[in-house]
Amino acid sequence: MTLPWIPLLTFLGVFVPALAIRGGRSVCALATAIAPAIVLGLVLFFYLGHGGDTVLRTSMQWLPTMGLALAFRLDGLSLLFLLLILGIGLLIILYTRYYLSEQDSMPRFYAFLMLFMTAMVGIVMSDNLLLLWGFWELTSISSFLLISFWSHETTARKGARMAMTVTGAGGLALLAGIVLIGKVTGTYDMGVVLDSHDLITASPLYPVILVLVLLGAFTKSAQFPFHFWLPHAMAAPTPVSAYLHSATMVKAGIFLMLRLHPTLSQTELWTVMVTLTGLVTLVYGAWFAFLKTDLKGILAFSTISHLGLITALLGLGNAQALIAALFHIINHALFKASLFMAAGIVDHETGTRDVRKLGGLYRLMPITTVLTCIATISMAGLPPLNGFISKEMFFTEVLASQQFGGLAWIVPLLAGLGGLLSVAYSLRLAYATFFRRPRQEPPKAPHEPPWPMRFPIELLVALCIIVGLVPTLPQSPILEGAVRATVSGEMPDFHLALWHGINPALLLSMAAIIGGIVLHQLHRHMMHFNRQFRPQDARYIFEAFIQRTVGFCQRMIDRLENGSLQRYMFFLMVVSVLAMGLGLADLDTLTGSLGQQTLDPVVALGAALLIMGGVLTAALHRYRLISLLMLSVVGLVVSLTFARFSAPDLALTQLSVEVVTMILLMLALFFLPQKTPKESGGARVVRDVLIATGFGGAVASLNFAVLTRDLNSISEFFINQSVPGGGGHNVVNVILVDFRGFDTLGEITVLAIAGLAIFKLLNRLRLFMPATDMEGRLWSDDRHPTLLMVVSQTLLPLALLVSFFIFLRGHNQPGGGFIAGLITAVALILLYMSRGVEWAQQRLDFQFQPIAIAGVALSTMTGLCSWLFGYPFLTSTFDHFHLPLIGDIELASALIFDGGIYLAVVGATLMILANLGKLTTAHRPNKEMP
Amino acid sequence: MEALYAITTGILTASGVYLTLRGRTFPVVVGLTLLSYAVNLFLFSMGGLTTHGAALVGTSEHYADPLPQALVLTAIVIGFAMTAFAIILAMRSRGDLGSDSVDGSRTDREDPRENKA
Repeated sequence: MTLPWIPLLTFLGVFVPALAIRGGRSVCALATAIAPAIVLGLVLFFYLGHGGDTVLRTSMQWLPTMGLALAFRLDGLSLLFLLLILGIGLLIILYTRYYLSEQDSMPRFYAFLMLFMTAMVGIVMSDNLLLLWGFWELTSISSFLLISFWSHETTARKGARMAMTVTGAGGLALLAGIVLIGKVTGTYDMGVVLDSHDLITASPLYPVILVLVLLGAFTKSAQFPFHFWLPHAMAAPTPVSAYLHSATMVKAGIFLMLRLHPTLSQTELWTVMVTLTGLVTLVYGAWFAFLKTDLKGILAFSTISHLGLITALLGLGNAQALIAALFHIINHALFKASLFMAAGIVDHETGTRDVRKLGGLYRLMPITTVLTCIATISMAGLPPLNGFISKEMFFTEVLASQQFGGLAWIVPLLAGLGGLLSVAYSLRLAYATFFRRPRQEPPKAPHEPPWPMRFPIELLVALCIIVGLVPTLPQSPILEGAVRATVSGEMPDFHLALWHGINPALLLSMAAIIGGIVLHQLHRHMMHFNRQFRPQDARYIFEAFIQRTVGFCQRMIDRLENGSLQRYMFFLMVVSVLAMGLGLADLDTLTGSLGQQTLDPVVALGAALLIMGGVLTAALHRYRLISLLMLSVVGLVVSLTFARFSAPDLALTQLSVEVVTMILLMLALFFLPQKTPKESGGARVVRDVLIATGFGGAVASLNFAVLTRDLNSISEFFINQSVPGGGGHNVVNVILVDFRGFDTLGEITVLAIAGLAIFKLLNRLRLFMPATDMEGRLWSDDRHPTLLMVVSQTLLPLALLVSFFIFLRGHNQPGGGFIAGLITAVALILLYMSRGVEWAQQRLDFQFQPIAIAGVALSTMTGLCSWLFGYPFLTSTFDHFHLPLIGDIELASALIFDGGIYLAVVGATLMILANLGKLTTAHRPNKEMP
Repeated sequence: MEALYAITTGILTASGVYLTLRGRTFPVVVGLTLLSYAVNLFLFSMGGLTTHGAALVGTSEHYADPLPQALVLTAIVIGFAMTAFAIILAMRSRGDLGSDSVDGSRTDREDPRENKA
């Protein structure tokens, strides 16, 4: 299917401007236009091929468990919006070329614009509700980027943030609504959801769903009381306002209501909420548009008002009202986009958008004046333009509406008031900008803009006239398809015409026009009247709200997060104890069904040593060296415990790690204070002892509960498969290098990263080094004891041989890469200790970092090699060979993997210890002392 | 035997937890090490305590559970990496901030160069 190409191509268009800017600004604009032009062609091709009657759908699995699919649809409604998005988008690209100044980054602007276009295309084509929501959020993000394009201006940043916050919050409400819809219908598939009207409206969740979805739509489409972000978004460059805030983004909310109209409408709740919100927004927006002095401010409030009109029509919900709404969407996009662009031209040419400073422009910019006036007439809803037709349809519907019983008169009243005000502000816009005698000279001497900058306006205004004179023109190709996609039930019969004869709607229109002209004459008095009210700037209220929220969060964070590890550990431990306690309380009995094994004296002795070592480590922690010695006792006995309970591999590993750990901690202790000062008060110690006891008690109970219960292990599989599947008799090793090889790869990577991090941490570290030990004795000047030197040097080849042996036999006998690596590391460290770092470094003339990295690389490569043979990552293969003297050895690809482990362990361990050791010799205090 | 094993694990855990709640770096690192011993013992025992069990296939009918062993083996090595990183971080913090306390407040009040000498 070619449907996914539509959003994909516009998305690829995001990257075009950055590449094309080298050819100059015109080339950049031209190149950017390529993708939308192709897509527009594609859309038209689809349309011609299918006539807008059929619904084209395509779907690819994405996250099937979540119900998310990459599903797209192209029906009449999508088609109408696609034409608006792509068509006006192309005009905006042309207009932007001349609007942006040399200082503005053109590729950045175009990239954001294309991203936004992708998001809009995605919204109108999504055939999956979750996907729709993803694109919905993408419009919030990309519009944030576009509004804040002039990010050096505070108003731009604040306006962008406000738009983002309001529409983003609405988006979250929408997500909640969508999830609930999914819960009711069991799917997010648009086709199913659209057929589920009865199921959803009958559900007890319906009111919640409706409110949440409408919150999303109202915030996006700037409906009262969420309208306040739109005027502040006017800080954006004018092409953005012309595109986002007239034709596309603010229509996304309208689109959502249209898209879900078959599912959610036809209920009283829908009618009341949507109609009333729309009517209030219509009047409110129009009134403030009348009072604004900023050109774009007037247009912004007028947009709010017109969006209210469309929303009110959607609320009425019958087929004729829907037709009117769809038709007005097209008309509004046509005249409002051209008006925004005209406002941009006026701003560009005169240097101001304040109507109080403008006037008399008709002599200086005659063509722009004519174009703007035609668009303004359309906005005011005067004949013979397109705006008039859809407004007449609106009036017809509100007069026919039977809603609200005895209060039914309120609907036409509000609608008429809105119509009156829109005439008034349109008149004000045109009169004050172009015809009134100027009160002062504008900042710049204006003249007509270059023709290509005016061309988009000319085209749109021409369309306004054509649609006005021949309203049947867009009917059959575009409107009917959209109506078919929106109206449930049979296709209504409709006929668009400029002249319907004298009817109540026409009379209402005429009353509104006359009222509007009168009101415009009273403009000064209205402004005077308005001054009595304290100006309420939504921005301050919003900012104060945000700051209060941030301040509250900051206080909460400060209370939790004060930089003290002790406090974090305290919280962590207490929560863990509670969690474990709850789990344990759920058990019927602590002791399970399995009997205990008899205790033998060796085990008892080991346990006594462990307990003693552990308790003394904690009790004597202020004497750090003694505490460390006690810790080593624990480590050794742990290793014996592993040996006692049939785990030779673990015993070997623990033993060698123990040696390395102790050397490391001793070295570190050399640089740290030898004693911990007494600082915890009695209460703190009691508290900590209580927590520790609780924690230990919980762990012990848990351990005992598990040990006395029957075990149902998956290990049977590993034991059975070890020889036939992994080719080794040592199951533990086979698990490490074969069955769970991916885990092991992760672990050696972590080890190598830890080594590298330590290497960086030790870089240029300057530490105080004591010249004496705790009791004030000088360090021994016999720094290289002969005996140790001899032993370590003799041991080295032997240890290397042993580690090689252990490495080789690892697959079938206790051993393997980890243990062999640790043994090698211990032998080398012994050499370092006896001979000193300088001596060893001279002879071992290589760095350890590359070895660790090579080890990880080797293991990864082994895994990757199995891809060459068409097997999954880390598949191993093996065979047995018989070598003289050594005996039967088995060569598995896992052996190479194990080799990687070996290298990584040796490299990382020595990287840590050798580098730490180096610190001690660099500036040793008693080096000079005899 | 199981009861004694569990009690030992519990006491080692308790000692480790107590140490991690101290206010200086070194006891915290020692506590972490002790805690990781206890955790390893705990994890290891999840396969049951097997006496004279076979570690190799084909040597006996009575196997020790290999899965916890494999998990603990890597845990031991990772535990070492963690201890090493924590102790070196402690050294670095002492070198840069001149203090080895972890309660957050002290380092702010102290002059970083005071203890460096």
